[in-house]
Amino acid sequence: MSAMTKNLLSKTLVLATALTLVYFTLFIGDDIANNLQDIWQLISGEADKYQSIVVWQWRASRLFSAIIIGAALAISGAVFQSLVRNPLGSPDITGFNVGAFTGVLIAIALFGNIYWYSVVGAIIGGLCAAILVYLFAYRDGHSGFRLIIVGIAISATLTAFNQWLSLTVSLETAMTAALWSAGSLNGMTWLRIMPATLLIVALMGLALLLNTRMKLLEMGDDTAAALGISVNKTRLIIMLIGVSLTAVATAITGPISFISLAAPQIARRLHPQKHITLVGSALVGALLLMSADFIAQHSMQNATLPVGLVTISLGGLYLVYLIIREGK
Amino acid sequence: MINGQTQNSVTSRYQWLILCILLLALIIVASLCIGAKPISINDIYQVLFSDQTGLTSTIIFEGRLPRTLNGLFVGMALGTSGALIQAITRNPLADPGILGINLGASLAVAIAVVFLGATQFSAFFIYAALGSLVASLLIFAIGSLSAGKVDPLKLTLAGIALGAVFAGLSSALILFNPLAFDQIRFWTVGSLDIRTLSVPLYIAPIVIVGCLLALSITPALNAFGLGDALAATLGSNPIRVQIIGLITITLLCGAATAAAGPIGFVSLMMPHIARWMVGPDQRWIIPFSFILTPCLLLIADIIGRLLVVGELRVSIVTAFIGAPILIYLVRRKGASSL
Amino acid sequence: MTQQSSQLSAVNTAETKQAALSTQSVTLAYEQNVIAKDLSVDIPHGKFTVIVGPNGCGKSTLLRALSRLLVPQSGEILLNGENIHHQSTREVAKKLGLLPQSAIAPDGIKVIDLVSRGRFPHQKWFQPWSEADQNAVELAMQATGVIDYAELNVDQLSGGQRQRVWVAMALAQETSLLLLDEPTTYLDIAHQIELMDLFQDLNQIQGHTLVAVLHDLNHACRYADHLIMIKSGQVIATGAPNEIVTEEIIQQVFGLSCLILADPVSNTPLIIPRGRKTAN
Repeated sequence: MSAMTKNLLSKTLVLATALTLVYFTLFIGDDIANNLQDIWQLISGEADKYQSIVVWQWRASRLFSAIIIGAALAISGAVFQSLVRNPLGSPDITGFNVGAFTGVLIAIALFGNIYWYSVVGAIIGGLCAAILVYLFAYRDGHSGFRLIIVGIAISATLTAFNQWLSLTVSLETAMTAALWSAGSLNGMTWLRIMPATLLIVALMGLALLLNTRMKLLEMGDDTAAALGISVNKTRLIIMLIGVSLTAVATAITGPISFISLAAPQIARRLHPQKHITLVGSALVGALLLMSADFIAQHSMQNATLPVGLVTISLGGLYLVYLIIREGK
Repeated sequence: MINGQTQNSVTSRYQWLILCILLLALIIVASLCIGAKPISINDIYQVLFSDQTGLTSTIIFEGRLPRTLNGLFVGMALGTSGALIQAITRNPLADPGILGINLGASLAVAIAVVFLGATQFSAFFIYAALGSLVASLLIFAIGSLSAGKVDPLKLTLAGIALGAVFAGLSSALILFNPLAFDQIRFWTVGSLDIRTLSVPLYIAPIVIVGCLLALSITPALNAFGLGDALAATLGSNPIRVQIIGLITITLLCGAATAAAGPIGFVSLMMPHIARWMVGPDQRWIIPFSFILTPCLLLIADIIGRLLVVGELRVSIVTAFIGAPILIYLVRRKGASSL
Repeated sequence: MTQQSSQLSAVNTAETKQAALSTQSVTLAYEQNVIAKDLSVDIPHGKFTVIVGPNGCGKSTLLRALSRLLVPQSGEILLNGENIHHQSTREVAKKLGLLPQSAIAPDGIKVIDLVSRGRFPHQKWFQPWSEADQNAVELAMQATGVIDYAELNVDQLSGGQRQRVWVAMALAQETSLLLLDEPTTYLDIAHQIELMDLFQDLNQIQGHTLVAVLHDLNHACRYADHLIMIKSGQVIATGAPNEIVTEEIIQQVFGLSCLILADPVSNTPLIIPRGRKTAN
């Protein structure tokens, strides 16, 4: 009974935090809404044009992006942690993020700082890196160890290339690229987030459909095969879904780290049976990115931090806290 | 029969070792000779052992000798610390980068540039050393003291976690400060190119002490690799080994990062290559790591000098040479085992 | 009447003669490392077959091949007379279950949830949990005696109980054939016997065809109807333990000098190793 109460309590708490965040993100700051009447006018569409644009075009699209991207990253993390049966498993082992950065650097160096060029550059660069890793690691099937080592080698080469490029290009180009690589929700509009949303929702649906198979794979390859799963094919499909989720998210925002690592682990601790569920991870991921972006927007007086810096720092501190607490 | 075989492989390991030392000597000489202005061995001998002044002497004493010695000591430090970190964390994927030590040094340099107005590379030396020292101490404290003993998994996790915090903070510091960004972007790409002999001479004693410490605990590391319980049964004290190991890692990483900036990847890769050459015996892995790593660094440095007029920095070339070798090795049959 | 019954018995013998599972001169290898060449074995219907042999003889490899986890480099594996690799892996999973050594219980999973996962091959996309699923899971837990722990976490159980849960999961799969890879390893003697008795019941009362790889020769002799002795990838002897287990064959397969008595309990061969001191 007390476990159930505790469960209910934690769920209520999560929900309350989420709603408070939505409220603050949308309505606080810059004298947009000073009282309940203003807020009601905004909701009913009676507010004046400028205020409506600020709230519904700028802030709401940014908030929505945080939710969608957070959920995508979290599911991607949950999928990879399940695949490699290791809480540190992440799409990073495919070299995707480093490759995406290479693509963006090249795009910015060649065409200047144009948003959609960076998106395309990130996708092409990331996919090329992932494919390279996959091909080099293939030798009569894949061993997890070989995949990780090849991933590290390719990432190291690309990192070296990125560093060389960063030193060669102008300071401005290098800084623009570095800003991208910090991961940011700045300048998110409905136009930018909508195509990604469709893809992400479709991929999440696929992930949910394959959920049962994923759980059986966790019991070991032999057990899963004995239950009638084609292990290699299933693993490849699941991995593709995981990588694609990160790919879409990274392409539009830059790499936002730690959500995919932390969200499934937090979701597990909130779950009554300590399971990692996809839906739970997605909810926690969305909440995490919303909170991080709120901090990113309001922590500095006259600048907005890239949200990736907030997630990486706070995520790191959270992990430190977990390590210390579990030691006692 | 079994005895004979072991004897045999020991002999062949000694032969390999001598071969590698000769290779290193050859590369050191080559590193002095090769460059924008080729210098003959004879001239080098003249410059080094008799008082001469002039262009050749300047090139040697303010260019090639410092960077060659730097490559030698930094390489020894990186190879040894990599092998040690992998042994202490019992994790073949650990390196000073994963443990967050490099990132701690970067943060210290970023703080120095942004708040303390440091502009000279020579000033970065002391901040980088301090940064990696503080970072390693913090990581080791969180990774070990919280559990009351040194827990390899916790150590790795603590490194990843603190490394992330360091990285986030240093990015936040420099992303809005173009001047700092410009200096840091050069510092974070490790290079052996220093113009003064004082840097390699500063780190030389630290590196030598570190390598000797590492060598002294290799038999205990072999026992440690079998797990705490077996190590204790074999009469070694796991805690003592780990503490000596961590002190050594701190010394070596601090020295290497201070002298050359963060150079990743080699310290992960070279112990693997050593292990594939000599098998899973730390008494051999560590000496091979500290002889082979300077070879790779110096070769990369020479290639960087020859390839691009403006000179490619060593950490970039190292990755481009090292990665294909690592991929080739891991694709060999049977390389999937550690 | 007599004609009819003789016809019936003829059909019966034909069915029992046809092997439930067999390998037809297969070559088994991991990459270039060939474990067995030209290996043919038959697993008879309705029997409890036990595969024994020294370490590294290829018995676990054979079991992997029989359970279609390892694709032979040449030759065929027939399940009910049909090539196992020509059937979809899910169809095979309805006929053949496996208890592997490498099974991993997910953290914090409840017994009933783990056993329920055995129903995967019978479930369809979007079809919710059916009554047949529920019945199969309950029967499996009853047969293995784990129904009392249904709501407990698997990590809370002892080794013996946990192994029973895995057996229950394989049983919930409702296959007539069940392959067991060293199922009693790491269990104490009482739990070993308890589990072997359970397998015997499954075979004799419920009519499952069982194939097990075992290390303990005396268990193998006591419980097996059909023994397959393997050395270096070759079948050295097959048949009922009473017929094939001799001092010579043990010497040949295991290189072990021993004495064979009749087991006073089951009247099956009982192998008493001589050991070094008494060997001569």
